[in-house]
Amino acid sequence: MGTGIMALDSLLNSPRKLTRGLLDSHLVESLLTPNPVERYVGMIDPVWSRRDVRAKVVAVERQTPRSVTLTLEPNSNWNGFEPGQHVGVTVEIDGRLTTRFYSPAGAAAGKGLELTITRHPGGKVSEHLADIAAPGMVVGLSPAEGEFTLPSTRPDHLLLISGGSGITPVMSMLRTLCAEGHDRPVTFLHFARTPQDAIYARELQALGEAHANLNVVTVFTREGTKPQHLTRATLKSICPDYLAAETYVCGPNALVDAAEKLWKRDRNADRLHTEPFTLPEPTVVAADATGSVTFKRSGIAVENDGQSLLLQAEQGNLSPRHGCRMGICHTCVCRVESGTVRHVRTGEVKTLNNELVQICVNAPVGDIEIDL
Amino acid sequence: MPKTATKHTGAVADPEFQLTPEQLDLFGEELDALRERVLDDLGQRDSDYIHNILNAQRGFEVAGRGMLFLSFIPPAWIAGTISLSISKILDNMEIGHNVMHGQYDWTQDPRLDSTQFEWDTSSPSENWKDSHNYQHHTHTNIVGKDRDIGYGILRMSEEQPWHPYYLGNLLYATLLMTFFEYGVAMHDLEVERMVSGEISFADKRKEFDNIWTKVRRQAIKDYVLFPLLAGPMAPAVFAGNFTANIARNVWSFMIIFCGHFPEGVEEFTEEETENETRGQWYYRQILGSANLTGGKLFHIMSGNLSHQIEHHLFPDIPAHRYAEIAVEVREACARFGIPYNTGPLHKQFGSVVKKIARLSLP
Repeated sequence: MGTGIMALDSLLNSPRKLTRGLLDSHLVESLLTPNPVERYVGMIDPVWSRRDVRAKVVAVERQTPRSVTLTLEPNSNWNGFEPGQHVGVTVEIDGRLTTRFYSPAGAAAGKGLELTITRHPGGKVSEHLADIAAPGMVVGLSPAEGEFTLPSTRPDHLLLISGGSGITPVMSMLRTLCAEGHDRPVTFLHFARTPQDAIYARELQALGEAHANLNVVTVFTREGTKPQHLTRATLKSICPDYLAAETYVCGPNALVDAAEKLWKRDRNADRLHTEPFTLPEPTVVAADATGSVTFKRSGIAVENDGQSLLLQAEQGNLSPRHGCRMGICHTCVCRVESGTVRHVRTGEVKTLNNELVQICVNAPVGDIEIDL
Repeated sequence: MPKTATKHTGAVADPEFQLTPEQLDLFGEELDALRERVLDDLGQRDSDYIHNILNAQRGFEVAGRGMLFLSFIPPAWIAGTISLSISKILDNMEIGHNVMHGQYDWTQDPRLDSTQFEWDTSSPSENWKDSHNYQHHTHTNIVGKDRDIGYGILRMSEEQPWHPYYLGNLLYATLLMTFFEYGVAMHDLEVERMVSGEISFADKRKEFDNIWTKVRRQAIKDYVLFPLLAGPMAPAVFAGNFTANIARNVWSFMIIFCGHFPEGVEEFTEEETENETRGQWYYRQILGSANLTGGKLFHIMSGNLSHQIEHHLFPDIPAHRYAEIAVEVREACARFGIPYNTGPLHKQFGSVVKKIARLSLP
């Protein structure tokens, strides 16, 4: 009884909690059945959700011609992030909800969520956001994830290396360290194509001037007579004792590969932490049956024999729900976590990323992971 | 005397609309190409359309329930009931039916996901998707396989043997129309097969539990909670909700029965539809369906099931596209000499009523 009154008391003292409690209640659920409460609250507040993380864009800045920096205000379902992690950003493009992953660039303790997105030619989400992002826009978010993070006991010596738009997770680490008053040596080495492409250039310079323990170096890969890349000589000149530093590298595959080779040769791979970012894979054109089909929920994998996903599941002794077996009834739709499929009738090839597919009329092309 | 629909002929060997297998293949290829063209073109326009309909539905629902609370002003009761009826019709037909067909799965929007969507009626989506999307849409108008022929209650085809029970055909049809949502919900229990002893109640226990849960939730919402919230207005709110449910039942029954039972619609046997080619399958869908003519608003309120022929050809293409597709389908039908059954609601429904009456007798 006592706790009941206290709970009621705290509810009444906080209008937000009261609203939340009301919207979560069985009564409201029974009144709105069969629809989720979001279907109605969304008419007033599209950011609100009982469980989903959504955010409103509150500021948009275009630092360089090829990038856009968004400040997002997530709803109360957002649980924050560790510097270096990434989040899925979902936007509607041409009627389809499309998700891409980006690493927040802000300090972990900051209020908003800052994302800097670099336009990749043909990259649906990056081009869409670079073109039309404006304050007020609502996007979907996934909880932050990723192992590319700083240990909670901050290392004595840090080397943060990034290339192009890979600057965002290490920028987040740097800003977090600065906000914490971290006072041990940090070297921040960034590769940008040209000075025009250097994201966060002004802030990095200011941070370097303000913090004696911080050494900021930017290398322009397309300036000068020959292209500049990550070599042992560059490293030695910038950070002579780099072998002793915990090193975090994020950038294009070439940069990450180069770092991995160097650190391996030095037998120092334990100190190296990498996060390659890969552009959306090009659509596979070959219709060959290769790779394996992984039925995630059942924990079964079979060798891809080129037949429809439904047939291959059945041959693996699974019995997925299905109906017409000819692509009409949608009884058999399943979620493909990742992989490419070819429509058995039209030959259309599609690369899927957590999307629904009719398994009776789609055959895998190469490795595929499906929620079955 | 017009040619009766029940003198079934069949997709392949029809003497009146004789098409060679080659012609049917060609016809099938044309329709496949049309389908691909529309699927490739799906985009923002389709997403905007369905979200506008969703907004309208929510608007009518909130307004309707709100006005019913003000029922002490009589026009508010009438307006509230009409508004709630429209909300339920939009929810069931242009939204629920079409979303559950997977017409919007391509948007990847969880709100429009055919595997998760639930609608504002007594029939649980999971059961309905099986009997409708699979059994009815795959085996359209095949007597003995398409359980939508008569819903296990009515005699809708001369292929169904007569029994004195069917003297009540018109009465049962009227009751089914009035309580259509329960008829659709019960559909999956296959009561007629229980009566004949083919299956037992235990075989349908899972379906029954699903139906009972959904029926109860719907009834508690419309007949207990909202009336109670209205306090002194409880009887008026109860009556308004009841009327809105019945209005939706009658309207959806009319539209749905006009889809497959008007004069001239063909039926098929299991033998003649064995090993159908794609062209033959399309051909059967056209012969087994009938359209309704009307304005844009009429098509929206019927969930575009007024374009039943196009819906049966392409059940998973967003329904608001059917009007555009119909132009090409009609043209192709004319070229191949395939009949295309269409007419206004009063004419089509009139012929359905006539058929129900005629079939009550041997």
